[in-house]
Amino acid sequence: MIATLFRFKGGVKPETHKDCSTRQPIARAPLPSRLIVPLHQSAGGTPRPLVEPGQAVLKGERIGAADGNFSAAVHAPTSGVVKALAPHVMPHPSGLSALCVVIEPDGADRWIEREPVNYRSLAPDELRDELRDAGVVGLGGAVFPTHLKLKPSQGGRTETLILNGAECEPWITCDDMLMRERAEVIVRGGAVMRHILQSERVLIGIEDNKPQAIEAMRTTVARLGETMEVVAVPTRYPAGGAKQLIKVLTGIEVPYGKRSQDYGVQCFNVATAYSVWHALERGEPLISRIVTLTGNVERPRNFEVLIGTPLEELLPLVGPLPDTDRYIMGGPMMGFPLPSASVPIVKATNCIIAASPALFPPPPPEMPCIRCGACATVCPHELQPMELYWFARGKNFGKAQEYSIFDCIECGCCAYVCPSHIPLVDYFRFAKSEIWSREKEKAAADAARSRFEFRNERQEREKREKAERLAQKTAGARAADAKRALIAAAIERARAQKEQVQPRNTDNLTPEQQAEIAEAEARRARIRAMAQTPPEKPL
Amino acid sequence: MLAALFVMTGIALVLGVALGYASRVFKVEGDPLVDKIDAILPQTQCGQCGYPGCKPYAQAIAKGEADINRCPPGGEEGIRKLADLLGKEFKPLDAEAGVEKPKSVAVIDENTCIGCTLCIQACPVDAIVGSSKQMHTVVAELCTGCELCVAPCPVDCIHMEPVTETIENWKWKYPVAEIKERHAA
Amino acid sequence: MITSPHVYLPVSVRAVMAKVLVALVPGIAAYVWFFGGGILVTLALATLAALAAEALMLKLRGKPLAMFLTDGSAAVTAWLVALAFPPLSPWWLIVAATLFAIVVAKHLYGGLGQNPFNPAMAAFAVMIVAFPGLMSQWPAAAQPLPFAEQLRIMFAGARHLDAMVMATPLDALRTAFASGEGRATVATALAAYPGGGLMAGKGWEWIALGYAVGGLWLLQQRIFTWHVPTAFLGTLALISGAFHVAAPERFATPLFHLFGGAAMLGAFFIATDPVSGAITPRGKLIFAAGAALITYFIRVFGAYPDGVAFGILLMNMCVPLIDMKTQPPVFGRKDGNP
Repeated sequence: MIATLFRFKGGVKPETHKDCSTRQPIARAPLPSRLIVPLHQSAGGTPRPLVEPGQAVLKGERIGAADGNFSAAVHAPTSGVVKALAPHVMPHPSGLSALCVVIEPDGADRWIEREPVNYRSLAPDELRDELRDAGVVGLGGAVFPTHLKLKPSQGGRTETLILNGAECEPWITCDDMLMRERAEVIVRGGAVMRHILQSERVLIGIEDNKPQAIEAMRTTVARLGETMEVVAVPTRYPAGGAKQLIKVLTGIEVPYGKRSQDYGVQCFNVATAYSVWHALERGEPLISRIVTLTGNVERPRNFEVLIGTPLEELLPLVGPLPDTDRYIMGGPMMGFPLPSASVPIVKATNCIIAASPALFPPPPPEMPCIRCGACATVCPHELQPMELYWFARGKNFGKAQEYSIFDCIECGCCAYVCPSHIPLVDYFRFAKSEIWSREKEKAAADAARSRFEFRNERQEREKREKAERLAQKTAGARAADAKRALIAAAIERARAQKEQVQPRNTDNLTPEQQAEIAEAEARRARIRAMAQTPPEKPL
Repeated sequence: MLAALFVMTGIALVLGVALGYASRVFKVEGDPLVDKIDAILPQTQCGQCGYPGCKPYAQAIAKGEADINRCPPGGEEGIRKLADLLGKEFKPLDAEAGVEKPKSVAVIDENTCIGCTLCIQACPVDAIVGSSKQMHTVVAELCTGCELCVAPCPVDCIHMEPVTETIENWKWKYPVAEIKERHAA
Repeated sequence: MITSPHVYLPVSVRAVMAKVLVALVPGIAAYVWFFGGGILVTLALATLAALAAEALMLKLRGKPLAMFLTDGSAAVTAWLVALAFPPLSPWWLIVAATLFAIVVAKHLYGGLGQNPFNPAMAAFAVMIVAFPGLMSQWPAAAQPLPFAEQLRIMFAGARHLDAMVMATPLDALRTAFASGEGRATVATALAAYPGGGLMAGKGWEWIALGYAVGGLWLLQQRIFTWHVPTAFLGTLALISGAFHVAAPERFATPLFHLFGGAAMLGAFFIATDPVSGAITPRGKLIFAAGAALITYFIRVFGAYPDGVAFGILLMNMCVPLIDMKTQPPVFGRKDGNP
């Protein structure tokens, strides 16, 4: 049994509203009329599309291949025909569109040939490639590719593996129901992860407001004979944040910019463990997930939904009440309103809350900050939100970074307690994205500067080299002229000399001598002629 | 009286020596002002300011030869930063230099391109690849949007495309919750 | 766009201010008990002046009237002015002080949340410099004058009642030491002082207790944290205790200092003002301890009747520095964490 639990500072206790969606078991959502599967569903690179419009696909067929290792594949959630490869509005706060594969199901729901993997016989690297190609990502909401986190720390092992079943956000119950109903697969998935990470201990953290899930997990762990500890952690938002849960269970604080495996801990959502087992033991990629449909609806419930199902096709299952004015994806503390009911369910969709002005009244008007410090007392990362607010509001981004704005996890506790109802998180999100974009712009400007300077330098160099070559050429020509002149002068000199040194003994010569002389003269003349006409080409 | 004079002279001497020494020891190499100005300029290298690149414009500003409002890509924000740095009044962008446009990148219509390399020679940041009689293309990540390649193209196959907002480069907006505005509405 | 979080605690600036006002009620009740109903008139006068000034300033600054006028902050300032000033101060003194607090100390610095100095204490300091005589006349305790007489003093300027006006215990000690040529001791001075009570001034000690009760309730309501009152009162007790132990005949007991003057009001209601005070936990301790030290030294060695206002104002000045230097380490960046 775990000896002591640790406590993270801050946190709040909003009303949980979890009961309404846990009265019914998980139901399978019916096959929708079309599936809109976004290619980019994980942190990292956008997968390359592998299909073309008109192509028939089978259930589980890969339709997008991971773009490098920091990415995860996407798959056809059912069998059918690819209707289009087109942008569609995304479940994203921006309301912008991204490339999606639109599939019209054929109703047969025919699987591609599944190839289960024996995880004990494969090398860890191969297992990680399997998971990447099965599109397994963190299902807690961050959708970080799981294979990247399943790397042991230096030294070959990650001592502690944590399965996160805390589910601290109000309204959301998908992990709760998964643990209640499918504990065995979660535990087996945990065992697979433990094998890959070579972990000594496995802790399953569940908030103590989920006694049934705790019980289900405990009995399953005992039945399967696994040595894992199911730990009930105090219910306090955001206890389900990875860093908070790691702190509560191990006492380790993982700072911003560090990876938890550097501290010998790794934390996965329970639903991720569930899909790891399916991917390896069944050969089934991640094509569906549990989604809580709750809020201002008649029949709140959890559904197993195919990735790509448009939200509007799910809504009739729960019956939104007439005064519903928007749908929030995620929980009320960190979720965002969806830009349209046509957006698809994606791997990150854990919960859809139908909201109405009565259920989620807009905040009262914003007042000035009175520096009461309530935000600082609830900040789980022990920041000073009122100072950060001041800097973000004044666009003093340097100071904001100095006061660790990037440590903020945007959990919303500060805005939740603010008596002046200041949208603090909005200011922090604004500052962060502004800082990022400025850093990107700065990097681009620096790159442009250095490329420009390099080009100028290159042009200078080329000019210089050209000039040098030209100079060399003219200098060479001049040198050749001088040489030629020298030769000519020498010849001239020789001729003049020769003319001067006319033989004096030619006066009284015998005819024989004269003939000899004439012969020699002729020979000389011939040689001279030969010397004066240079050979066409050297022999 | 005399003592006071001596003391003051002594202080003046000591301070003078100290200042002279400091100016030698803490001498700043190069011209930091030019670098500071250059750091504010967007490095588009477009020459719209009338100087062959951002650095020469920065040097001209530092010397007081050029005004601070001649950089259209830097826009109003850039002028404000320059005004802040140099302690000058903000003034609107000089229309003679150009107008502020959304950031764009050059795109070569690869069907029309004849491979003349004129655009490659015009590009100040070597963002166009290709060789003689081969099709050219713009490396979008490196393109600064200076438009210098557009004019030289003999077949008019280069056009500027504004950078569109995607989920990856989307930014959270400044929370518009001014108390005054909320209630005026 | 509607952004997260989508749920909020039902808290507001108005609720915070209302709780502060409620917490002042026990002290005010004791005040009325010992000094009569005059203080209620002073409170009403100050509140009206504050609201009028607030409305005017909001109008001039183009801020929404309805929202800010009802936030309660002006009333808190007004009540603190009324309670900190001598009872039966002339009406114009109270009005002038309140106007100064709201117009100059609050709105000229940017309004709610922006003032570097506690407005009530700024007004107190200005008035004590401008009208030192009026600001150190305190009525004899435990013999409340008839209500009509009180009103006459406040509004008709009937300040002929010299018998009624006397120094506070703190002042009594100071004058005794100043004029006693070294022969006076705390015991003789207080024995000669007619307004002495069990711990400090007669009546005043009970009002202080009332403030303490209200303050503890605010603490329980989490309007402020324990840091400021603990550090303020703790430091005041420690320093006065140390001096008292060293020279009991020259320095009064810690109880005398804790329950005398505006120590309790300062510790629970003025030093805890979040706007002008330090904000980090360590900063709050330094801020309050500094204010208490200055308060003690002004009380014992200075020339003013009390030092709480100056102690807090002087520390207000140091707040940006204190906050900057006491930033707590963030999650995962503490000593001992790898």
